[in-house]
Amino acid sequence: MAKLAQTMFEKVWRQHEVSAETADTPAVLYIDLHLIHEVTSPQAFSVLRERGLPVRRVDRTLATMDHSTPTRTEQIFGGAPISIESAARQVRELETNCAQFGVELLGLRHNQRGIVHIIGPELGITQPGKTVVCGDSHTSTHGALGALAFGIGTTEVGHVLATQCLLQRKARTLALNVSGRLRPGVTAKDLILAIIGKIGVGGGTGYVIEYRGETIRGLDMDERMTICNMSIEAGARAGMIAPDETTYRYLAGRPRAPQGAAWERAVEQWRQLPTDDGAKFDKEVDIDASTLEPMITYGTNPGMVIPISASIPTRANDAAFSKSLAYMGFEAGAPIKDQPVNVVFVGSCTNGRISDLRSAANVLRGRKIAKGVQMLVIPGSQQVKKEAEAEGLHQVFIDAGAEWRESGCSMCLGMNGDLVPKGQYSVSTSNRNFEGRQGIGARTLLASPLTAAASAVRGRVTDPRELLS
Amino acid sequence: MKPVQTFTSRTVILPLSNIDTDQIIPARFLTTTTREGLGSSLFADWRYESHGAPKSDFILNRPEAQGCRILVAGHNFGCGSSREHAPWALLDYGFQAVISTEIADIFRNNSLKNGFLPIVVDEATSDWLLANPGVEVTVNVEDTTLALPNGTRVKFPLEAFSRYCLLNGVDELGFLLDRRPQIEAYERQRQI
Repeated sequence: MAKLAQTMFEKVWRQHEVSAETADTPAVLYIDLHLIHEVTSPQAFSVLRERGLPVRRVDRTLATMDHSTPTRTEQIFGGAPISIESAARQVRELETNCAQFGVELLGLRHNQRGIVHIIGPELGITQPGKTVVCGDSHTSTHGALGALAFGIGTTEVGHVLATQCLLQRKARTLALNVSGRLRPGVTAKDLILAIIGKIGVGGGTGYVIEYRGETIRGLDMDERMTICNMSIEAGARAGMIAPDETTYRYLAGRPRAPQGAAWERAVEQWRQLPTDDGAKFDKEVDIDASTLEPMITYGTNPGMVIPISASIPTRANDAAFSKSLAYMGFEAGAPIKDQPVNVVFVGSCTNGRISDLRSAANVLRGRKIAKGVQMLVIPGSQQVKKEAEAEGLHQVFIDAGAEWRESGCSMCLGMNGDLVPKGQYSVSTSNRNFEGRQGIGARTLLASPLTAAASAVRGRVTDPRELLS
Repeated sequence: MKPVQTFTSRTVILPLSNIDTDQIIPARFLTTTTREGLGSSLFADWRYESHGAPKSDFILNRPEAQGCRILVAGHNFGCGSSREHAPWALLDYGFQAVISTEIADIFRNNSLKNGFLPIVVDEATSDWLLANPGVEVTVNVEDTTLALPNGTRVKFPLEAFSRYCLLNGVDELGFLLDRRPQIEAYERQRQI
């Protein structure tokens, strides 16, 4: 009998079933890699302590700190205290928990520290076919390597610490077929924003997305990670991209990737992962990438997005829409281009990788950011920082008038005090433009690193193609 | 977790769609290391002026909302971040359930693990509830229904195992720990 054609998601799911789901009980799903950070783990460690439980597999658990950590060099390396006392306490608590439970921690001064979703792939510990979880919704990023990766809450962090397993119902599958070549100046960020604009912020709820098609195959790993990262912004807990030669080239030789004969065996297994011909998805959506422009958000969720040359739409009798525009201080029908900008943030798990910094630097090289604009460039990890400095990118940012600091989540959510002042406009390469996300009253416009850098130069929302030669 | 079987309460309405977890509890309150006391931060930026006084026009600050334990919200409630602080804050404030036409996956999971009920209803039911703020609604977990004061009973979806855990106050960690022999067998078989 012919083998049943399966999607990549189904293959990875099956391989990790300790027990399959029934009508009465969810599947017990084995987790290969558990990443933890300071914000969503303390209460989970408390549960282990209360119940006298150890961490079941410390060898499959890796901790770092990123959300509430400072980006000021003196607060990390210079002995200055972390300015927010509760954040400092959280950092200390993760250090204590990791020491007590024997979990490896890439701590505050470690040269491999960084945003949890940047360092997993960077270290080569995120691999095709693995199940990866973390108490953070942007865990979907790791799916770019062909892993099944999704965010969980703190109770589930406790479940994985104690049992290396989760109780899960199988998600439905959504194929997102992307065709056509992206035009110059249009990036992976613009593509994922366009996808969210098309399917909506709840369009992926209940689904695992597989991004497919020639356009996806043509993206490098950093770009694929940007795509999968924002799956959650469409409501999908996980996004996946089938591994291919691009994936293997990226992983080969990374510190925690398999080496030698083990590498050969691993690649052999990874080649079995892509969705079989004829496999059925629960839903399919097609996108033509060739007509896309740089995209930018105008409202307070990532689905409120338009091409940069377009005007802010008009929607009558929609209270949420009107509230959103009022919060943003925008008028329906007005062009988004040339809206004034006060702050520009380049960084985050969406766009804090080396190629993102290169993009921003390409626009900024030999230019100055506009008077009155504050621009923050935050590398996604200490390794990204080192690489950028070796290439001299930091000097491009500093010469342009931007600030260059240590890695972390920073102004994406402002937990560490890197905030956008009330009422100010921020063009940000991060993933969420929710009310107050970057600070109370902050107005966030999500865009690519190219658009962010171009907008910093002009001090107004700018189509980066006007500045690219 | 305490068993949750049935409860009756008046509703309070937040009709906006896509209420994200950053609104439910803003990130600056996440530097806590416990799960207690988050109710005071619930909807903080909608609820308080910048100097800390309650905003009198926000629904939760109005007299008719006091004591309501059921929140009725617009489409796609709880989208965004995976922070479990969101259901913790709702529960600590006194809410026991949210009703919407769609509830985001991670928020729904987190809610069920804490005995907070994410209830998805059809558009007609949602529209009726949104148009009739403050009505008394009974949530029955046993038969997974909402009883509305107009006499209708509406079924809502509730995954079988979550329902069992809610009704019996079963903690999922205990269930998983009992599966240790199977987990060990799986690890042996995969040689990991």
